[in-house]
Amino acid sequence: MNLFDIIMPYIIAGLSVGGQYALIAIGYTMVYGILRLINFAHGDVFMISGLVMIYVAAEVPLYISIPIVIAIIMVIGFTIERVAYKPLRNAPRMSVMISAIGVSYLLQNLALYLTGGLARRYPTIPWISDSIVFIGITTRRVTVITPFLVVAMVVVLVWLINHTKTGIAMRAVAKDFETSQLMGIKINSVISSTFAIGTFLAVAGSFLFFSNFPSVFPAAGAMPGLKAFVAAVFGGIGSIPGAVLGGLLIGVFESLIKGADIILGPAGFGIIRTPMELATFSDAFTFVLLVIVLIFKPTGLFGDKPTEKV
Amino acid sequence: MLKINDLMVSYGGIKAVKGITFEVPEGEIVTLIGANGAGKSTTLRTIAGIVKSAGGSITFNNDELTTLTPDRIVAKGITLVPEGRRVFPDLTVLENLKVGAYLRKDNLDKDIRWVYELFPRLKERSWQPAGTLSGGEQQMVAVGRALMSRPKLMMMDEPSLGLAPKIVKDIFDIIKEINRKGVTILLIEQNANMALQTANTAYVLETGRITMKGPGLELLNDEGIRKAYLG
Repeated sequence: MNLFDIIMPYIIAGLSVGGQYALIAIGYTMVYGILRLINFAHGDVFMISGLVMIYVAAEVPLYISIPIVIAIIMVIGFTIERVAYKPLRNAPRMSVMISAIGVSYLLQNLALYLTGGLARRYPTIPWISDSIVFIGITTRRVTVITPFLVVAMVVVLVWLINHTKTGIAMRAVAKDFETSQLMGIKINSVISSTFAIGTFLAVAGSFLFFSNFPSVFPAAGAMPGLKAFVAAVFGGIGSIPGAVLGGLLIGVFESLIKGADIILGPAGFGIIRTPMELATFSDAFTFVLLVIVLIFKPTGLFGDKPTEKV
Repeated sequence: MLKINDLMVSYGGIKAVKGITFEVPEGEIVTLIGANGAGKSTTLRTIAGIVKSAGGSITFNNDELTTLTPDRIVAKGITLVPEGRRVFPDLTVLENLKVGAYLRKDNLDKDIRWVYELFPRLKERSWQPAGTLSGGEQQMVAVGRALMSRPKLMMMDEPSLGLAPKIVKDIFDIIKEINRKGVTILLIEQNANMALQTANTAYVLETGRITMKGPGLELLNDEGIRKAYLG
């Protein structure tokens, strides 16, 4: 076994889970870009997507349940914005944030009520859950296709934002509500489209993530949501490419730490003799990373430069 | 064309506009002059639907505007060039112009060409983010962007603010040129001299009330106005 064979599986798994974080992170970063709101409920929308999928897939075939789940969750995302955030449009930002935390707990408790707190098993989506051999590594197809799928979706998204009327309107609204209104832009419909896109990507992320970790419970969205949020901050909140890069990097590092005992052990670099249980620290790593980034680059990798011409 | 009748506007309990009545006839350039805090900007922002009125009426070709949202007012052919230009700094010059035409679904090429004829400088800077332009150029973007909605009435809030005298003169020449093309203009200015020279009709606004009305050149020669606004 050479080093490549030892490290590669962790990198591939990391890119995969990182891509799933990236999909959630885009939702955080887009909503922040337009409303300056950290949408704390976003991770829970992701968890609800998993739960709804379980219930819907129990009733109808999978190929029908996927579009149904997308539709249901997008309606939920739209409703959350209209009910919990829109009435607070002119309120201080802190109020909206508290409202977001409220929605987060509401969704978690709703899930607790529905599931009784027990983990439910996510349905196996055929094809993407199949075992395949990729460059000599046995893995699931979902692991291999996630990074490609994420990159494809982001390319489409960035194109939409740069070249369509709605995209230009989004960028205008993100900078200046009032002047956008003077152009005839309906602020509320632009905000709704932003939530729709963010929610859609969270659902897409949930299909991929729960195919990898097929267990849905009320707090299942908390950790991926938090990590996606860290990814968004790491990349520079408000920046879509930043969120993607942040997600992928966090995924890869986290996965490497999970495999550190093996990579650094006698079979790998041979630096350590006895296992150090480094895998336990993989979550802590994410947050240490956040602290370091905030110290050295408070606006993240691609964050807004704080230079504003007055 | 635009009739304002006994318009009142309050900001958090303070009356900024205390019942003003004036009108803007089609094809004219009308100006409201007055000191800081007289209620000029508030009046324009209320007409544009950004600020809600507390009483009175605003009609445009006999349609009531006070109940409409800003996008409906733009759709009726009213546009506002806001104070301080407020271009979208990250959008390119061309994108700024396209945003100005947000509600239109037809082809924009002709209008973009017209704006570039009015402001050849913008054509050179078409692909530059508007935030990198000079103040005068940003004002050109703001005016061009407003024209892209094909307005019948263009309202301008202090177009001369913070610009060099030479550029101010250029901007006012362009305003006259736009007016000759059939766009009615409602202009508010602290630079009373330029505004009065340009306007067909002028109103003087003092602490939320209209205190004087007359042809621009007549007010320009008025002793009281000269003392109060022209120094």
